[in-house]
Amino acid sequence: MDHGRSGNLKGRWMTGYVIQRFASAMLLLLAITAVAYGLIYSGGAEVSRSILGELATDEQVAAKNVELGLDQPLPIQYGNWLANAVRGDLGRSWFSAERVSDAIASRLGVTLSIVSVAILICTVISVALGAFAAVRRGWWDRAVQIVSVIGEALPNFWVGLLLVATFAISLRLFPATGFVPLNRSPLGWLSSITLPVTALVIGGVASAAAQVRGALIDVLSRDYIRTLRARGLPENRVILRHALRNAAPAAITVLSLQFIGMIGGAVMIEKVFALPGMGTLAIDATVRGDIPVIMGVLITMALIVVVVNLFVDLANAWINPKARLA
Amino acid sequence: MSTVDLEAATTPAVATGQDRAVLRRFLRNPLAVIASLVFLTIVLSAVFAPWLAPYGANFTKLALVTAPPGEEFLLGGDGAGRDVLSRLIYAGQLTLAGSFLTVLVAAGLGVSTGLVAGYFGGWFDRFGGWMANFLIVLPGTIVLVAMFTLIGPNIIITMVVLGVLIAPNFFRLVRNLVISVRNELYVDAARVSGLSDGRIISRHILSVVRAPIIIMAASVWGIAIVVQAGLEFIGLGDPTTPTWGSMLLDAYNNIYIGRHLLLPPGLMIGLTVGALILIGNGLRDALNGEEAIIVAPRQRVKDAARAEAAVPSVPEALLEVQGLSVGYAGRDGSTKTVVRSVGFTIARGEILGLVGESGSGKTQTALSVLRLLPEGGMVTGGGIWLEGQNLAGLSDAQMQAIRGKRIGYIPQEPMSNLDPLFRIGSQLCEPLQVVGGLSRQEARGRALALLERVGIADPHRVFMSYPHQISGGMAQRVLIAGALSCDPDLLIADEPTTALDVTVQAEILDLIRDLQAERNLGVLMVTHNFGVVADLCDRVAVMRGGEIVELGAVNDIFARPQHEYTRTLLASTLEDAPVRPPLVPRPPRRQNAGAET
Repeated sequence: MDHGRSGNLKGRWMTGYVIQRFASAMLLLLAITAVAYGLIYSGGAEVSRSILGELATDEQVAAKNVELGLDQPLPIQYGNWLANAVRGDLGRSWFSAERVSDAIASRLGVTLSIVSVAILICTVISVALGAFAAVRRGWWDRAVQIVSVIGEALPNFWVGLLLVATFAISLRLFPATGFVPLNRSPLGWLSSITLPVTALVIGGVASAAAQVRGALIDVLSRDYIRTLRARGLPENRVILRHALRNAAPAAITVLSLQFIGMIGGAVMIEKVFALPGMGTLAIDATVRGDIPVIMGVLITMALIVVVVNLFVDLANAWINPKARLA
Repeated sequence: MSTVDLEAATTPAVATGQDRAVLRRFLRNPLAVIASLVFLTIVLSAVFAPWLAPYGANFTKLALVTAPPGEEFLLGGDGAGRDVLSRLIYAGQLTLAGSFLTVLVAAGLGVSTGLVAGYFGGWFDRFGGWMANFLIVLPGTIVLVAMFTLIGPNIIITMVVLGVLIAPNFFRLVRNLVISVRNELYVDAARVSGLSDGRIISRHILSVVRAPIIIMAASVWGIAIVVQAGLEFIGLGDPTTPTWGSMLLDAYNNIYIGRHLLLPPGLMIGLTVGALILIGNGLRDALNGEEAIIVAPRQRVKDAARAEAAVPSVPEALLEVQGLSVGYAGRDGSTKTVVRSVGFTIARGEILGLVGESGSGKTQTALSVLRLLPEGGMVTGGGIWLEGQNLAGLSDAQMQAIRGKRIGYIPQEPMSNLDPLFRIGSQLCEPLQVVGGLSRQEARGRALALLERVGIADPHRVFMSYPHQISGGMAQRVLIAGALSCDPDLLIADEPTTALDVTVQAEILDLIRDLQAERNLGVLMVTHNFGVVADLCDRVAVMRGGEIVELGAVNDIFARPQHEYTRTLLASTLEDAPVRPPLVPRPPRRQNAGAET
């Protein structure tokens, strides 16, 4: 009976907490789109001119402005864009007339493929390595620290370039470029993402393992760990059940930052491996000045970041009873 | 009180002395010194590029397009027939300057706003915090890519924008540091003595936040170099001036014909960023003092203690400690001895008090019995016997079987000794099930009974509570219940009342006495409080500087203290001691908590 009451209490906290976090995430998303829209569209007249070319008459430019809605005040433009965006309509590319939402839908899978697989592998390796270094200390610890510095110092796209040069061009073990969707050929998919994922994992593990190690060493020096040991609990249990769980919030935060970093860093990795992902879409749109596509990419990325952060908050609240009160 | 203020007011002066110590420690770390030299060399070679580079950055020789390393172009020619070595040296200029600009913008913006937000708080703090949260979740690379549409190939503006995006890191760091310093006594003292806010910030607060800012700046500089290289690599740079990133783009474009182009710029970036990381790490280590312990301590504990496998002199004693020495390994391989040749016995049903001032080694002695010394600590000599069994001869697994079942442990700070993530009930049941072998239901019943026994009015509620939901006194009762859960014969209590309110202290001591009598426990009671000794103990050992200076029955020592130090201690704590004296309030927290954990 007691258990039930307390369980309800926990449930109530969690629901309130979820609503609060969700509301703040939505607010953040709104702010990001408003700022981005304001910045990008403030140079309105230039846009029509750049689409139509230098030879266009002023009348043509004005007509294009009306067509694109650029003659209206900025807040109204943004309101219209937002109203459409909420319904999933992000407009059309100014240059290919492709729907922005379609362009993103076809590219997002590529980026998420490599980034999610990379973060999964990165989580497993960095937790194992970090925990091992923190528990064993000594020689292993040193090795992990040295590897971390090296991994952090090397840009992941350069590691990607080395991988291409070695495993794709010299050894011909993997394709140097291109992407095979998972539903077309699982093996082809695996082979096409192996090198990009490896490049992302090397950098990710380097910094995540060091942080997991630090968090775990911190936890292992806490008083309650000594008291648990004093109760006669086996060392494995103290580490696996108590220390790792206490270090988990720090590890989750680090890995979520890694994930966000990888999503951004995918721009370079996709160029190295010529993958048709979000990064490639962003670069193409940027170089052409295709603003609806850029806005679409920005909002999609922001949405991913917000969702990841929401997940982190909820995971931390689930692990740490104190965080639920915040 | 006034003495405390005076003491605290001198802290900034100590801080300047620490600066020199930090620098000394930094210079003694070979890795950090090498990294500093490497970084300095890279910076200088960029500055003096016109004198160092064999050719101009844009000097072209068509015959040497993608030429491999040779006599004329030492590192080969790039995709346009330019000397890779010369470009590498020249590229350092824009790469380092651009990324340093990011550091300046990020630090300038973040530190100034962080100081104001942390020092004055209020709406600015809330607004700043919100902005920081906003900027930190932006997917930086994508924002910079999108920015390109607005500003075109201008690496300087791009690096400024990157600085703004990174500024929240400095903001949070500085804000949190300032808040933690703002309420320190010496800042209060400065405020009371009439110093203006500006003076306080520049004199007292900047000195505290300076080193962490430098550490973060080193790491941000590294990040900026990598991000800049990435942007140049995807073609969003300024094509007229070489950078390591644009050289990588050139290498990428020629990856099938000139693979040697890949290595130089990548290695330069790695070397520079790696040096910055190592400089930051070196500074952090130097700030934290000698923390790193290289040798795994556990192994040495056993080896050292096994060497002296003497026999117990009082075989019937519950616990006998003989010639015990405890040391801590320093980074330079030396050992700092904190407990020297300590010996005592505890009979079944007897309470031995171990008294002494902070840092006298009493906690270290207690923890060695449990083989739970903090990292770096080890038993360097002597023996510990539990009912005639030599504990030093046991493996870690055998020792683990002793803990909980044979020796119970009550810690000092109740709140920090409960795992914050688990309910009280789960923390009590876990040893009962794992160590005691009870079923889930039995453990639950036993835990509830124990909670009731230690005087908790509502055991069911506490059973379901998390540690942060109960008071310190209640937490100490929970910890006593935990120590007794597996029916130990010996109880080690490490200042069990020090962290509690005076009224609660007496209750906890009563509880320990009752439980001790009920179960005929032997107790090692570590305390700095002669009131506790008089109240509870049969015999007492007085420790000072890691040694026992006096050991005897409580009555004898109170009546006829032999050692000068015991007399001083008695005089200072018990001016007119009644049979059961009122408990002396807790003295101010000690400053050098390092030695005693």
